[in-house]
Amino acid sequence: MRKELLNLLRVNCRLKNEELAAMLAVSTQDVEREIAALEEQNIIMGYSAVINEEKFDKNAVTAHIELKVSPQMENGYAAVAKKVGQFRQVESVQLMSGAYDLAVTVKGDNLREVALFVSERLAAMDGVLSTSTHFILERFKEKGVLFSSDDDDERSLTSP
Amino acid sequence: MINYDKLLSENGKKIKPSGIRKFFDIAATMDNIISLSLGEPDFKTPWLIRKKGILALEKGKTQYTGNAGIFELRRAICTYMKRRFELEYSPDDTLVTVGGSEAIDLAVRAIVNPGDEVLVPEPSFVCYGPIVELAGGVAVPLITKVEDNFKLTPQAVKQAITPRTKALILPFPNNPTGAVMRRDELEKIAAVLRGTEILIVSDEIYAELTYGGERHVSIAELSEMKERTVVIGGFSKAFAMTGWRLGWACGPAPVIDLMLKIHQYAVMCSPTISQFAAITALSECDDDVKYMVEEYDVRRRLCVKIFNDMGLETFTPEGAFYVFPSIKRTGLSSQEFCEKLLKEKRIAVTPGDAFGQSGEGFIRVSCAYSVNHLLTAMKRIEEFLNETQSLC
Repeated sequence: MRKELLNLLRVNCRLKNEELAAMLAVSTQDVEREIAALEEQNIIMGYSAVINEEKFDKNAVTAHIELKVSPQMENGYAAVAKKVGQFRQVESVQLMSGAYDLAVTVKGDNLREVALFVSERLAAMDGVLSTSTHFILERFKEKGVLFSSDDDDERSLTSP
Repeated sequence: MINYDKLLSENGKKIKPSGIRKFFDIAATMDNIISLSLGEPDFKTPWLIRKKGILALEKGKTQYTGNAGIFELRRAICTYMKRRFELEYSPDDTLVTVGGSEAIDLAVRAIVNPGDEVLVPEPSFVCYGPIVELAGGVAVPLITKVEDNFKLTPQAVKQAITPRTKALILPFPNNPTGAVMRRDELEKIAAVLRGTEILIVSDEIYAELTYGGERHVSIAELSEMKERTVVIGGFSKAFAMTGWRLGWACGPAPVIDLMLKIHQYAVMCSPTISQFAAITALSECDDDVKYMVEEYDVRRRLCVKIFNDMGLETFTPEGAFYVFPSIKRTGLSSQEFCEKLLKEKRIAVTPGDAFGQSGEGFIRVSCAYSVNHLLTAMKRIEEFLNETQSLC
Protein backbone atom coordinates (compact mmCIF):
# COMPACT_ATOMS: atom_id res chain seq x y z
CA MET A 1 0.00 0.00 0.00
CA ARG A 2 2.91 2.34 0.77
CA LYS A 3 3.99 2.66 -2.85
CA GLU A 4 0.45 3.22 -4.12
CA LEU A 5 -0.23 5.77 -1.39
CA LEU A 6 2.92 7.72 -2.26
CA ASN A 7 1.98 7.60 -5.94
CA LEU A 8 -1.36 9.21 -5.17
CA LEU A 9 0.14 11.85 -2.87
CA ARG A 10 2.80 12.69 -5.42
CA VAL A 11 0.09 13.73 -7.85
CA ASN A 12 -2.20 15.37 -5.34
CA CYS A 13 -1.35 15.71 -1.66
CA ARG A 14 -4.64 17.44 -0.91
CA LEU A 15 -6.72 14.30 -1.26
CA LYS A 16 -8.59 13.61 1.95
CA ASN A 17 -7.68 10.54 3.92
CA GLU A 18 -11.08 9.03 3.29
CA GLU A 19 -10.70 9.59 -0.45
CA LEU A 20 -7.27 7.98 -0.36
CA ALA A 21 -8.75 5.09 1.59
CA ALA A 22 -11.45 4.54 -1.04
CA MET A 23 -8.94 4.71 -3.85
CA LEU A 24 -6.65 2.20 -2.18
CA ALA A 25 -9.43 -0.05 -0.89
CA VAL A 26 -8.25 0.21 2.72
CA SER A 27 -9.72 1.86 5.83
CA THR A 28 -9.29 5.55 6.64
CA GLN A 29 -7.43 4.53 9.80
CA ASP A 30 -4.95 2.54 7.70
CA VAL A 31 -4.25 5.63 5.61
CA GLU A 32 -3.85 7.85 8.67
CA ARG A 33 -1.47 5.36 10.24
CA GLU A 34 0.60 4.93 7.09
CA ILE A 35 0.92 8.68 6.50
CA ALA A 36 1.94 9.21 10.13
CA ALA A 37 4.57 6.49 9.73
CA LEU A 38 5.85 8.00 6.49
CA GLU A 39 6.19 11.39 8.15
CA GLU A 40 7.78 9.88 11.23
CA GLN A 41 10.34 8.04 9.12
CA ASN A 42 11.15 11.22 7.17
CA ILE A 43 9.99 9.66 3.93
CA ILE A 44 7.35 12.31 3.47
CA MET A 45 9.28 15.51 4.13
CA GLY A 46 6.56 18.01 3.30
CA TYR A 47 3.59 18.87 1.09
CA SER A 48 4.05 21.54 -1.52
CA ALA A 49 2.07 22.98 -4.41
CA VAL A 50 3.24 22.72 -8.01
CA ILE A 51 3.40 26.34 -9.11
CA ASN A 52 3.96 27.79 -12.53
CA GLU A 53 6.19 30.52 -11.08
CA GLU A 54 6.70 32.51 -14.25
CA LYS A 55 2.97 32.65 -14.82
CA PHE A 56 2.38 33.92 -11.30
CA ASP A 57 5.09 36.58 -11.54
CA LYS A 58 6.49 37.56 -14.92
CA ASN A 59 9.74 38.84 -13.40
CA ALA A 60 10.38 35.87 -11.17
CA VAL A 61 13.49 33.94 -12.04
CA THR A 62 14.64 30.44 -11.28
CA ALA A 63 18.16 29.27 -12.06
CA HIS A 64 19.96 25.98 -11.99
CA ILE A 65 23.50 26.47 -10.80
CA GLU A 66 26.24 23.95 -11.27
CA LEU A 67 28.72 24.18 -8.46
CA LYS A 68 32.17 22.69 -8.44
CA VAL A 69 33.27 22.17 -4.89
CA SER A 70 36.46 20.92 -3.25
CA PRO A 71 35.49 18.09 -0.93
CA GLN A 72 36.60 18.39 2.65
CA MET A 73 38.23 15.85 4.92
CA GLU A 74 35.69 13.64 6.65
CA ASN A 75 32.68 15.63 5.49
CA GLY A 76 33.13 15.22 1.76
CA TYR A 77 30.67 17.50 -0.02
CA ALA A 78 28.11 17.54 2.77
CA ALA A 79 29.46 20.51 4.70
CA VAL A 80 29.28 22.84 1.71
CA ALA A 81 25.96 21.40 0.57
CA LYS A 82 24.40 22.02 3.97
CA LYS A 83 25.69 25.58 4.08
CA VAL A 84 24.32 26.28 0.63
CA GLY A 85 21.00 24.89 1.72
CA GLN A 86 20.76 27.39 4.56
CA PHE A 87 19.95 30.29 2.21
CA ARG A 88 16.23 30.88 1.88
CA GLN A 89 16.71 31.69 -1.83
CA VAL A 90 17.90 28.12 -2.42
CA GLU A 91 15.14 25.71 -3.30
CA SER A 92 17.12 22.52 -3.74
CA VAL A 93 20.64 21.20 -3.36
CA GLN A 94 21.72 17.88 -4.80
CA LEU A 95 25.06 16.11 -5.02
CA MET A 96 25.60 14.97 -8.59
CA SER A 97 27.76 12.54 -10.44
CA GLY A 98 29.58 13.85 -13.51
CA ALA A 99 31.10 17.13 -14.57
CA TYR A 100 30.13 19.18 -11.52
CA ASP A 101 29.35 18.42 -7.90
CA LEU A 102 26.34 20.27 -6.55
CA ALA A 103 23.18 21.14 -8.45
CA VAL A 104 21.54 24.13 -6.81
CA THR A 105 18.17 25.65 -7.67
CA VAL A 106 17.84 29.31 -6.79
CA LYS A 107 14.69 31.39 -6.95
CA GLY A 108 14.51 35.17 -6.95
CA ASP A 109 12.15 38.03 -7.73
CA ASN A 110 14.24 39.18 -10.68
CA LEU A 111 17.30 38.39 -12.73
CA ARG A 112 19.56 40.77 -10.87
CA GLU A 113 18.68 39.36 -7.50
CA VAL A 114 19.62 35.84 -8.57
CA ALA A 115 22.78 36.96 -10.35
CA LEU A 116 23.95 38.86 -7.29
CA PHE A 117 23.12 35.97 -5.01
CA VAL A 118 25.28 33.65 -7.08
CA SER A 119 28.24 35.97 -7.37
CA GLU A 120 28.19 37.34 -3.84
CA ARG A 121 27.01 34.38 -1.80
CA LEU A 122 27.61 31.13 -3.61
CA ALA A 123 30.78 31.87 -5.57
CA ALA A 124 32.34 33.50 -2.57
CA MET A 125 31.74 30.56 -0.28
CA ASP A 126 34.71 28.60 1.08
CA GLY A 127 35.15 25.37 -0.81
CA VAL A 128 33.26 26.53 -3.92
CA LEU A 129 35.63 26.37 -6.88
CA SER A 130 33.34 27.57 -9.66
CA THR A 131 29.72 28.26 -10.59
CA SER A 132 27.82 28.01 -13.83
CA THR A 133 24.35 29.55 -13.91
CA HIS A 134 21.46 28.48 -16.19
CA PHE A 135 18.19 30.41 -16.12
CA ILE A 136 14.89 28.66 -16.70
CA LEU A 137 13.17 30.17 -19.71
CA GLU A 138 9.95 28.18 -19.73
CA ARG A 139 8.50 25.29 -17.79
CA PHE A 140 6.96 22.37 -19.65
CA LYS A 141 6.57 19.80 -16.93
CA GLU A 142 7.08 20.00 -13.22
CA LYS A 143 6.69 17.16 -10.71
CA GLY A 144 4.78 15.12 -13.23
CA VAL A 145 2.42 17.95 -14.20
CA LEU A 146 2.50 19.05 -17.83
CA PHE A 147 2.35 22.83 -18.22
CA SER A 148 2.00 23.10 -21.97
CA SER A 149 -1.45 23.48 -23.44
CA ASP A 150 -0.73 21.00 -26.25
CA ASP A 151 -1.74 18.31 -23.84
CA ASP A 152 -5.18 19.64 -23.08
CA ASP A 153 -8.00 17.18 -23.43
CA GLU A 154 -8.47 16.90 -27.17
CA ARG A 155 -11.27 14.42 -27.04
CA SER A 156 -14.45 15.64 -28.67
CA LEU A 157 -17.31 16.33 -26.31
CA THR A 158 -19.48 13.65 -27.83
CA SER A 159 -18.29 10.12 -27.99
CA PRO A 160 -19.72 6.75 -27.11
CA MET B 1 -36.97 19.74 -55.50
CA ILE B 2 -36.16 16.22 -54.41
CA ASN B 3 -38.42 14.67 -51.83
CA TYR B 4 -35.66 13.52 -49.52
CA ASP B 5 -38.08 11.93 -47.15
CA LYS B 6 -39.12 9.60 -49.94
CA LEU B 7 -35.51 9.15 -50.97
CA LEU B 8 -34.24 8.00 -47.59
CA SER B 9 -34.57 4.37 -46.57
CA GLU B 10 -37.41 3.39 -44.29
CA ASN B 11 -35.12 1.28 -42.12
CA GLY B 12 -32.65 4.13 -41.80
CA LYS B 13 -35.31 6.66 -40.90
CA LYS B 14 -36.89 4.32 -38.38
CA ILE B 15 -33.88 3.87 -36.13
CA LYS B 16 -33.65 6.29 -33.24
CA PRO B 17 -30.78 8.78 -33.10
CA SER B 18 -28.34 7.98 -30.29
CA GLY B 19 -29.52 9.39 -26.99
CA ILE B 20 -25.94 10.29 -26.23
CA ARG B 21 -25.65 12.42 -29.30
CA LYS B 22 -28.96 14.17 -28.75
CA PHE B 23 -27.99 15.27 -25.29
CA PHE B 24 -24.51 16.38 -26.24
CA ASP B 25 -25.75 18.50 -29.10
CA ILE B 26 -27.02 20.76 -26.34
CA ALA B 27 -23.71 20.57 -24.47
CA ALA B 28 -21.78 21.44 -27.62
CA THR B 29 -23.41 24.86 -27.75
CA MET B 30 -22.16 25.80 -24.28
CA ASP B 31 -18.75 26.96 -23.10
CA ASN B 32 -16.64 25.81 -20.15
CA ILE B 33 -18.34 22.48 -19.80
CA ILE B 34 -16.68 20.02 -17.45
CA SER B 35 -17.38 16.68 -18.98
CA LEU B 36 -17.70 13.34 -17.26
CA SER B 37 -19.23 11.79 -20.28
CA LEU B 38 -16.53 10.42 -22.52
CA GLY B 39 -16.37 6.77 -23.36
CA GLU B 40 -12.76 6.90 -24.43
CA PRO B 41 -9.55 6.72 -22.42
CA ASP B 42 -7.96 9.98 -21.29
CA PHE B 43 -4.58 8.35 -21.89
CA LYS B 44 -2.82 8.80 -25.17
CA THR B 45 -1.89 5.66 -27.07
CA PRO B 46 1.32 4.26 -25.49
CA TRP B 47 4.33 5.79 -27.21
CA LEU B 48 5.72 2.46 -28.39
CA ILE B 49 2.57 1.82 -30.40
CA ARG B 50 2.58 5.33 -31.84
CA LYS B 51 6.20 4.84 -32.85
CA LYS B 52 5.32 1.66 -34.69
CA GLY B 53 2.61 3.60 -36.51
CA ILE B 54 5.15 6.25 -37.50
CA LEU B 55 7.57 3.55 -38.62
CA ALA B 56 4.88 1.94 -40.78
CA LEU B 57 4.28 5.32 -42.42
CA GLU B 58 8.00 5.86 -42.95
CA LYS B 59 8.30 2.50 -44.60
CA GLY B 60 5.44 3.44 -46.88
CA LYS B 61 2.96 0.87 -45.60
CA THR B 62 0.19 2.82 -47.23
CA GLN B 63 -1.53 0.21 -49.37
CA TYR B 64 -4.56 -1.99 -48.75
CA THR B 65 -3.91 -5.14 -46.78
CA GLY B 66 -5.58 -8.49 -47.35
CA ASN B 67 -9.30 -8.25 -46.61
CA ALA B 68 -9.11 -10.16 -43.34
CA GLY B 69 -6.15 -8.09 -42.10
CA ILE B 70 -2.41 -8.75 -42.19
CA PHE B 71 -1.47 -12.27 -41.19
CA GLU B 72 1.02 -11.22 -38.49
CA LEU B 73 -1.67 -9.22 -36.75
CA ARG B 74 -4.21 -12.03 -36.93
CA ARG B 75 -1.59 -14.37 -35.53
CA ALA B 76 -0.79 -11.87 -32.77
CA ILE B 77 -4.50 -11.64 -31.94
CA CYS B 78 -4.69 -15.44 -31.60
CA THR B 79 -1.59 -15.56 -29.40
CA TYR B 80 -3.02 -12.80 -27.28
CA MET B 81 -6.43 -14.45 -26.93
CA LYS B 82 -4.74 -17.64 -25.79
CA ARG B 83 -2.35 -15.87 -23.44
CA ARG B 84 -4.93 -13.64 -21.77
CA PHE B 85 -8.21 -15.52 -22.03
CA GLU B 86 -7.43 -19.18 -22.72
CA LEU B 87 -9.19 -18.99 -26.09
CA GLU B 88 -7.81 -21.01 -29.01
CA TYR B 89 -8.32 -19.49 -32.43
CA SER B 90 -6.37 -19.70 -35.66
CA PRO B 91 -5.66 -16.71 -37.92
CA ASP B 92 -8.22 -18.16 -40.33
CA ASP B 93 -10.96 -17.76 -37.72
CA THR B 94 -9.92 -14.17 -37.11
CA LEU B 95 -11.02 -11.01 -38.86
CA VAL B 96 -9.52 -7.57 -38.29
CA THR B 97 -12.26 -4.93 -38.31
CA VAL B 98 -12.69 -1.18 -38.20
CA GLY B 99 -13.12 -1.02 -34.44
CA GLY B 100 -15.19 -3.43 -32.39
CA SER B 101 -18.24 -1.62 -33.77
CA GLU B 102 -17.77 -2.92 -37.30
CA ALA B 103 -17.37 -6.44 -35.96
CA ILE B 104 -20.74 -6.15 -34.18
CA ASP B 105 -22.36 -4.87 -37.36
CA LEU B 106 -20.83 -7.66 -39.45
CA ALA B 107 -21.80 -10.41 -37.01
CA VAL B 108 -25.39 -9.22 -36.92
CA ARG B 109 -25.63 -8.78 -40.68
CA ALA B 110 -24.10 -12.19 -41.20
CA ILE B 111 -26.92 -13.97 -39.40
CA VAL B 112 -30.06 -11.84 -39.35
CA ASN B 113 -32.85 -12.35 -41.88
CA PRO B 114 -35.81 -9.94 -41.90
CA GLY B 115 -37.94 -10.54 -38.83
CA ASP B 116 -35.30 -12.49 -36.92
CA GLU B 117 -34.97 -11.65 -33.27
CA VAL B 118 -31.78 -10.69 -31.47
CA LEU B 119 -31.71 -10.55 -27.69
CA VAL B 120 -30.06 -7.39 -26.42
CA PRO B 121 -29.40 -7.00 -22.68
CA GLU B 122 -30.04 -3.48 -21.39
CA PRO B 123 -28.74 -1.06 -20.25
CA SER B 124 -25.98 -1.43 -22.80
CA PHE B 125 -24.01 0.45 -25.41
CA VAL B 126 -26.25 2.26 -27.86
CA CYS B 127 -25.38 0.51 -31.11
CA TYR B 128 -26.86 -2.99 -30.84
CA GLY B 129 -30.55 -2.23 -31.34
CA PRO B 130 -30.09 0.05 -34.36
CA ILE B 131 -27.65 -2.37 -36.01
CA VAL B 132 -30.14 -5.21 -35.62
CA GLU B 133 -32.96 -3.05 -36.99
CA LEU B 134 -30.92 -1.89 -39.97
CA ALA B 135 -30.36 -5.54 -40.82
CA GLY B 136 -34.13 -5.99 -40.78
CA GLY B 137 -34.15 -7.81 -37.45
CA VAL B 138 -36.00 -7.14 -34.24
CA ALA B 139 -34.05 -6.22 -31.12
CA VAL B 140 -35.61 -7.80 -28.04
CA PRO B 141 -34.45 -6.04 -24.87
CA LEU B 142 -33.46 -8.15 -21.88
CA ILE B 143 -33.61 -5.96 -18.83
CA THR B 144 -30.81 -6.30 -16.28
CA LYS B 145 -31.50 -4.92 -12.84
CA VAL B 146 -29.46 -3.25 -10.14
CA GLU B 147 -30.73 -5.93 -7.68
CA ASP B 148 -28.90 -8.51 -9.80
CA ASN B 149 -25.82 -6.27 -10.04
CA PHE B 150 -26.89 -5.67 -13.63
CA LYS B 151 -25.98 -9.24 -14.57
CA LEU B 152 -27.88 -11.16 -17.18
CA THR B 153 -29.96 -13.95 -15.64
CA PRO B 154 -30.63 -17.30 -17.35
CA GLN B 155 -34.37 -16.84 -16.68
CA ALA B 156 -34.42 -13.61 -18.68
CA VAL B 157 -32.74 -15.32 -21.63
CA LYS B 158 -34.96 -18.40 -21.42
CA GLN B 159 -38.18 -16.37 -21.33
CA ALA B 160 -37.22 -14.27 -24.32
CA ILE B 161 -36.27 -17.11 -26.65
CA THR B 162 -38.75 -17.75 -29.48
CA PRO B 163 -38.43 -19.79 -32.67
CA ARG B 164 -37.27 -16.60 -34.37
CA THR B 165 -34.38 -15.93 -31.97
CA LYS B 166 -31.15 -15.84 -33.94
CA ALA B 167 -28.65 -14.35 -31.56
CA LEU B 168 -27.86 -13.11 -28.09
CA ILE B 169 -25.65 -10.06 -27.68
CA LEU B 170 -23.49 -10.46 -24.59
CA PRO B 171 -22.13 -7.00 -23.74
CA PHE B 172 -19.90 -7.69 -20.73
CA PRO B 173 -17.95 -6.07 -19.10
CA ASN B 174 -20.82 -3.71 -19.59
CA ASN B 175 -20.94 -0.11 -20.70
CA PRO B 176 -22.60 1.72 -18.89
CA THR B 177 -23.21 -0.35 -15.75
CA GLY B 178 -19.75 -1.87 -15.23
CA ALA B 179 -21.33 -5.28 -14.63
CA VAL B 180 -19.21 -8.34 -15.30
CA MET B 181 -20.33 -11.91 -15.88
CA ARG B 182 -18.18 -14.33 -13.88
CA ARG B 183 -17.57 -17.91 -14.92
CA ASP B 184 -20.39 -19.47 -12.86
CA GLU B 185 -22.88 -16.91 -14.13
CA LEU B 186 -21.84 -17.55 -17.72
CA GLU B 187 -22.22 -21.30 -17.15
CA LYS B 188 -25.89 -20.70 -16.39
CA ILE B 189 -26.39 -18.72 -19.60
CA ALA B 190 -24.50 -21.40 -21.52
CA ALA B 191 -26.79 -24.06 -20.10
CA VAL B 192 -29.77 -22.27 -21.65
CA LEU B 193 -28.12 -21.94 -25.05
CA ARG B 194 -26.45 -25.32 -25.40
CA GLY B 195 -28.25 -27.35 -28.02
CA THR B 196 -30.02 -24.32 -29.53
CA GLU B 197 -29.32 -22.68 -32.89
CA ILE B 198 -28.63 -19.32 -31.28
CA LEU B 199 -25.38 -17.46 -31.90
CA ILE B 200 -23.78 -15.46 -29.10
CA VAL B 201 -22.20 -12.19 -30.15
CA SER B 202 -19.93 -11.56 -27.19
CA ASP B 203 -18.78 -7.95 -27.18
CA GLU B 204 -15.65 -8.12 -25.04
CA ILE B 205 -14.17 -4.75 -25.88
CA TYR B 206 -13.63 -4.05 -22.14
CA ALA B 207 -12.14 -7.49 -21.40
CA GLU B 208 -8.86 -6.06 -20.12
CA LEU B 209 -10.65 -3.65 -17.83
CA THR B 210 -11.90 -5.89 -15.06
CA TYR B 211 -11.13 -5.30 -11.42
CA GLY B 212 -10.75 -7.26 -8.24
CA GLY B 213 -8.10 -9.74 -9.29
CA GLU B 214 -10.15 -12.22 -11.29
CA ARG B 215 -9.49 -12.11 -15.00
CA HIS B 216 -12.20 -11.73 -17.59
CA VAL B 217 -13.81 -14.98 -18.73
CA SER B 218 -15.26 -15.29 -22.21
CA ILE B 219 -18.32 -17.46 -22.71
CA ALA B 220 -16.47 -19.02 -25.67
CA GLU B 221 -14.19 -20.69 -23.14
CA LEU B 222 -17.02 -22.85 -21.77
CA SER B 223 -17.72 -26.26 -23.19
CA GLU B 224 -19.66 -26.36 -26.50
CA MET B 225 -19.81 -22.57 -26.57
CA LYS B 226 -16.97 -21.76 -28.95
CA GLU B 227 -18.92 -23.17 -31.90
CA ARG B 228 -21.83 -20.81 -31.21
CA THR B 229 -19.94 -17.65 -30.21
CA VAL B 230 -18.38 -14.76 -32.07
CA VAL B 231 -15.95 -13.05 -29.71
CA ILE B 232 -15.39 -9.38 -30.42
CA GLY B 233 -12.38 -7.52 -29.11
CA GLY B 234 -10.70 -4.24 -29.85
CA PHE B 235 -7.81 -1.91 -29.33
CA SER B 236 -9.73 1.22 -28.44
CA LYS B 237 -10.30 0.83 -24.72
CA ALA B 238 -7.50 -1.35 -23.33
CA PHE B 239 -4.75 0.17 -25.48
CA ALA B 240 -6.17 3.70 -25.63
CA MET B 241 -6.36 3.51 -29.43
CA THR B 242 -9.86 4.83 -30.17
CA GLY B 243 -8.79 6.93 -33.14
CA TRP B 244 -6.92 4.08 -34.82
CA ARG B 245 -10.25 2.35 -35.48
CA LEU B 246 -9.24 -1.24 -35.01
CA GLY B 247 -10.92 -4.29 -33.55
CA TRP B 248 -11.37 -7.95 -34.30
CA ALA B 249 -13.76 -10.86 -34.37
CA CYS B 250 -12.95 -14.53 -33.75
CA GLY B 251 -15.50 -17.24 -34.28
CA PRO B 252 -16.74 -20.28 -36.17
CA ALA B 253 -15.38 -20.35 -39.73
CA PRO B 254 -18.75 -20.18 -41.56
CA VAL B 255 -19.78 -17.05 -39.64
CA ILE B 256 -16.37 -15.39 -39.93
CA ASP B 257 -16.28 -16.18 -43.66
CA LEU B 258 -19.59 -14.48 -44.26
CA MET B 259 -18.55 -11.54 -42.09
CA LEU B 260 -15.40 -11.29 -44.20
CA LYS B 261 -17.46 -11.26 -47.39
CA ILE B 262 -19.52 -8.31 -46.15
CA HIS B 263 -16.41 -6.60 -44.76
CA GLN B 264 -14.60 -6.79 -48.09
CA TYR B 265 -17.49 -5.14 -49.93
CA ALA B 266 -18.09 -2.53 -47.24
CA VAL B 267 -14.59 -1.40 -46.27
CA MET B 268 -12.04 -3.56 -48.18
CA CYS B 269 -9.76 -3.80 -45.18
CA SER B 270 -9.01 -2.12 -41.87
CA PRO B 271 -6.56 0.80 -41.74
CA THR B 272 -3.11 -0.49 -42.67
CA ILE B 273 -0.99 1.74 -40.47
CA SER B 274 -3.16 0.91 -37.49
CA GLN B 275 -2.74 -2.79 -38.17
CA PHE B 276 1.05 -2.59 -38.08
CA ALA B 277 0.99 -0.57 -34.86
CA ALA B 278 -1.49 -2.97 -33.30
CA ILE B 279 0.91 -5.92 -33.49
CA THR B 280 3.10 -4.05 -31.01
CA ALA B 281 0.12 -3.30 -28.80
CA LEU B 282 -0.68 -6.99 -28.38
CA SER B 283 2.84 -8.20 -27.88
CA GLU B 284 4.81 -5.48 -26.10
CA CYS B 285 2.48 -3.29 -24.10
CA ASP B 286 1.33 -5.35 -21.11
CA ASP B 287 2.91 -2.85 -18.72
CA ASP B 288 1.08 0.08 -20.28
CA VAL B 289 -2.23 -1.73 -20.08
CA LYS B 290 -1.57 -2.69 -16.48
CA TYR B 291 -0.77 0.91 -15.58
CA MET B 292 -3.97 2.21 -17.17
CA VAL B 293 -6.13 -0.49 -15.59
CA GLU B 294 -4.72 0.33 -12.15
CA GLU B 295 -5.50 4.00 -12.71
CA TYR B 296 -9.11 3.27 -13.69
CA ASP B 297 -9.42 0.99 -10.69
CA VAL B 298 -8.37 3.72 -8.28
CA ARG B 299 -10.70 6.25 -9.89
CA ARG B 300 -13.59 3.82 -9.98
CA ARG B 301 -13.34 3.27 -6.23
CA LEU B 302 -13.08 7.01 -5.58
CA CYS B 303 -16.16 7.76 -7.71
CA VAL B 304 -18.25 5.02 -6.13
CA LYS B 305 -17.41 6.30 -2.67
CA ILE B 306 -18.13 9.94 -3.42
CA PHE B 307 -21.43 9.27 -5.16
CA ASN B 308 -22.57 7.00 -2.36
CA ASP B 309 -21.55 9.67 0.18
CA MET B 310 -23.64 12.19 -1.74
CA GLY B 311 -26.60 9.91 -1.31
CA LEU B 312 -26.71 8.73 -4.93
CA GLU B 313 -26.70 4.99 -4.59
CA THR B 314 -23.97 3.59 -6.79
CA PHE B 315 -23.30 0.01 -7.70
CA THR B 316 -19.60 -0.94 -7.58
CA PRO B 317 -18.64 -1.69 -11.17
CA GLU B 318 -16.42 -4.71 -11.71
CA GLY B 319 -15.37 -3.77 -15.21
CA ALA B 320 -15.13 -1.03 -17.87
CA PHE B 321 -14.50 2.56 -16.73
CA TYR B 322 -17.88 3.96 -15.80
CA VAL B 323 -19.94 4.31 -12.68
CA PHE B 324 -23.71 4.29 -12.90
CA PRO B 325 -25.26 6.16 -9.97
CA SER B 326 -28.99 6.04 -9.34
CA ILE B 327 -30.57 9.49 -9.30
CA LYS B 328 -34.03 8.19 -8.45
CA ARG B 329 -34.13 9.90 -5.07
CA THR B 330 -33.99 13.33 -6.71
CA GLY B 331 -37.36 12.66 -8.31
CA LEU B 332 -35.98 13.83 -11.65
CA SER B 333 -35.83 11.78 -14.83
CA SER B 334 -32.39 11.02 -16.23
CA GLN B 335 -32.84 13.58 -18.99
CA GLU B 336 -34.11 16.25 -16.59
CA PHE B 337 -31.27 15.61 -14.17
CA CYS B 338 -28.63 15.82 -16.87
CA GLU B 339 -30.05 18.90 -18.55
CA LYS B 340 -30.44 20.72 -15.24
CA LEU B 341 -26.94 19.73 -14.15
CA LEU B 342 -25.56 20.91 -17.45
CA LYS B 343 -27.35 24.25 -17.34
CA GLU B 344 -26.81 25.01 -13.67
CA LYS B 345 -23.35 23.57 -13.05
CA ARG B 346 -21.92 23.09 -16.53
CA ILE B 347 -21.26 19.43 -15.86
CA ALA B 348 -21.97 16.94 -18.62
CA VAL B 349 -22.87 13.39 -17.63
CA THR B 350 -24.78 10.93 -19.78
CA PRO B 351 -28.46 10.21 -19.06
CA GLY B 352 -28.97 6.52 -18.29
CA ASP B 353 -31.94 6.12 -20.61
CA ALA B 354 -29.60 6.66 -23.57
CA PHE B 355 -28.59 3.03 -22.92
CA GLY B 356 -32.10 1.66 -23.06
CA GLN B 357 -35.31 2.41 -21.23
CA SER B 358 -34.10 0.38 -18.24
CA GLY B 359 -31.32 2.93 -17.73
CA GLU B 360 -33.95 5.49 -16.69
CA GLY B 361 -33.23 6.77 -13.20
CA PHE B 362 -29.47 6.46 -13.62
CA ILE B 363 -26.63 8.56 -14.98
CA ARG B 364 -23.42 7.32 -16.52
CA VAL B 365 -20.25 8.93 -15.26
CA SER B 366 -17.00 8.14 -17.01
CA CYS B 367 -13.85 7.58 -14.95
CA ALA B 368 -11.64 8.30 -17.95
CA TYR B 369 -10.47 11.58 -16.38
CA SER B 370 -7.73 12.60 -13.99
CA VAL B 371 -8.47 12.37 -10.27
CA ASN B 372 -8.40 16.14 -9.95
CA HIS B 373 -10.86 16.55 -12.79
CA LEU B 374 -13.15 13.95 -11.23
CA LEU B 375 -12.99 15.62 -7.80
CA THR B 376 -13.79 19.07 -9.19
CA ALA B 377 -16.71 17.74 -11.18
CA MET B 378 -18.14 15.64 -8.37
CA LYS B 379 -17.95 18.59 -6.01
CA ARG B 380 -20.17 20.53 -8.38
CA ILE B 381 -22.59 17.64 -8.61
CA GLU B 382 -22.81 17.62 -4.83
CA GLU B 383 -23.55 21.37 -4.79
CA PHE B 384 -26.18 20.76 -7.42
CA LEU B 385 -27.80 18.04 -5.32
CA ASN B 386 -27.84 20.25 -2.24
CA GLU B 387 -29.43 23.11 -4.17
CA THR B 388 -31.96 20.87 -5.91
CA GLN B 389 -32.81 19.18 -2.62
CA SER B 390 -33.50 22.42 -0.79
CA LEU B 391 -36.03 23.39 -3.45
CA CYS B 392 -38.01 20.19 -3.02
